[in-house]
Order: sequence, then C-alpha cells, then structure tokens
Amino acid sequence: MTKTDLRYTFAADMQTNQIRMVREFAAPRSTVWACYSRPELLDRWFAPEPLTAKTAHMDFREGGHWHFSMTMPEGDTYWSRFDYQTITPESRIITLDGFSDPEGGVNPDMPRSTVDMQFEDGEVTTVTTVTQYASAEDLQAVIDMGMEAGIGSTLDRLDALLADLTSK
Amino acid sequence: MENQSTHLDPLFHALADPTRRAVVARLGQGPASVSDLAAPFPMGLPAFLKHITVLEEAGLIGTEKVGRVRTCTLQEDRLAAAEDWFREQREQWKSRYDQLDELLAELTKDTENDKD
Repeated sequence: MTKTDLRYTFAADMQTNQIRMVREFAAPRSTVWACYSRPELLDRWFAPEPLTAKTAHMDFREGGHWHFSMTMPEGDTYWSRFDYQTITPESRIITLDGFSDPEGGVNPDMPRSTVDMQFEDGEVTTVTTVTQYASAEDLQAVIDMGMEAGIGSTLDRLDALLADLTSK
Repeated sequence: MENQSTHLDPLFHALADPTRRAVVARLGQGPASVSDLAAPFPMGLPAFLKHITVLEEAGLIGTEKVGRVRTCTLQEDRLAAAEDWFREQREQWKSRYDQLDELLAELTKDTENDKD
C-alpha cells in the first residue's frame, strides 16, 4: 500500500456549516488510535507544516482536555484546547475544539466547533472527521480570523470552490 | 489586528441555493445581462431578480444598468474569502495526515521489530 492509494476527501457543506473529511491510513486501527490519544505522538503530527505542536496538558478521558501550542518557525505561537466529550476506545472521539490562551483558558469571543472522529477497520484504517459549527455566524467568525493571511484570488479556483460547496 | 470583518454570513446564505450557485458559475465565464442569466431557469423574472438581489447584497456580484440592460459581474474578492479559508483547511489537514502517515510507518515498523 503506497501513500498515493490512501483516500483523502474534504467537503464543506455550507447549508449545515460542516466540514467532512475522510482519510485512510495504512496501519492497524489501534496504532492510529494511539496517534490520536497519546500526547507524545500527537505532538509529532498534529501541527501542519511548518508549525510544530507541543502538549502543555493532556488528560485523555471524557471530561478531560488537551491543551497544546502550535509554533511557527519565526516563533509565533497559537494555543488550542480540545475538550473531550465522548471517548469510545479505538472507535470514536468527540471533542469541543477551541482557541485558548497559554494558561489553558478558552477564548470566550471565538466560537468553538464540535469535532467528531470515527475510526473504522478494513484493509486500511479509515478516519472520518466531521467538524460542525453551530451557525453560519460562528463559521464566519473563524474565517474572519483566518483572513489575516489575506491572499489574492483567481477565477481558476472557482470550479474547485463550487465543487466543495455542492458536494455532500 | 485591524477590523477585518468581511461579513461572510450573507455569502454563505447566497451560495446555499442551487440557482444562485449556477448564476455564480455562469458569471465565472464573464459578465452577463440579467435576462440572459434568467433564461435557463423555469421561474418568472421577479423571482429571479430576488436571487440577483441576494447575490448583490452578499457582495458576490455587482450590477450596472446601462439603458434598459442590467449587466451582472462576478466580484472575485468576495468568493476568495471563503475559498481561501477552505483551501487552507484542506491543505493543513493534508499536511497533518501526511505527517501521520510517516509516524504510523515508523510505529508499525517498530512493532514488527520488537514484538512484546
């Protein structure tokens, strides 16, 4: 099984303020689960390049939370906190995702999303992740914050956007 | 951070409707008159104009009336806001998952080497 065979789908549904991702992994479900639940493993993959993740606090149980930072090469650091609502071992994790401060306090001005991750066996392990925002306003606030990067646009990407918006 | 609010809520509402998405896709090929845009849809002009108004209020399109013809033009920046964000999310998760692939490969190899 080579990397290119592994499925990755990403679909945003504007009607339900939801992002749905499906990704396959060439490893046993228990190993994938470990990478989602153990802080020393999460630190090794959870920050997208070029950031690095570092766990400040992890209590992987229902009612517990993961508090971690993601740091840019220049040193800018972003803090997040995931509150674990439901944990079904090796099968499902539901967390409340949110922006936080270095002390672990959740930013009350920013909306939180619910992230539902389901793990399934097969020839490969499939992880389905559904990120749900409570309302269009919540999603708007998160996008506005992410707009700082502010990059230009071209019409070439219109088709891709429309495909995202219409896919279920 | 300056006030960078871009009021995307009307944008989402505007794009949630199939007729309006079709109009946006059509305008991606270039400006068009309201009557040309309305032609493919089985609805009266007043109903269609409501869709045009929603798109205009969301900032997705601009309209200009010259004589008796109202011409609509796609406002690219507006679309770019949501598009950029979704693309960024998709790329961030792609990066994460690629790193997870490498970690899993390493962990799987370790398990095979020292079974305990």
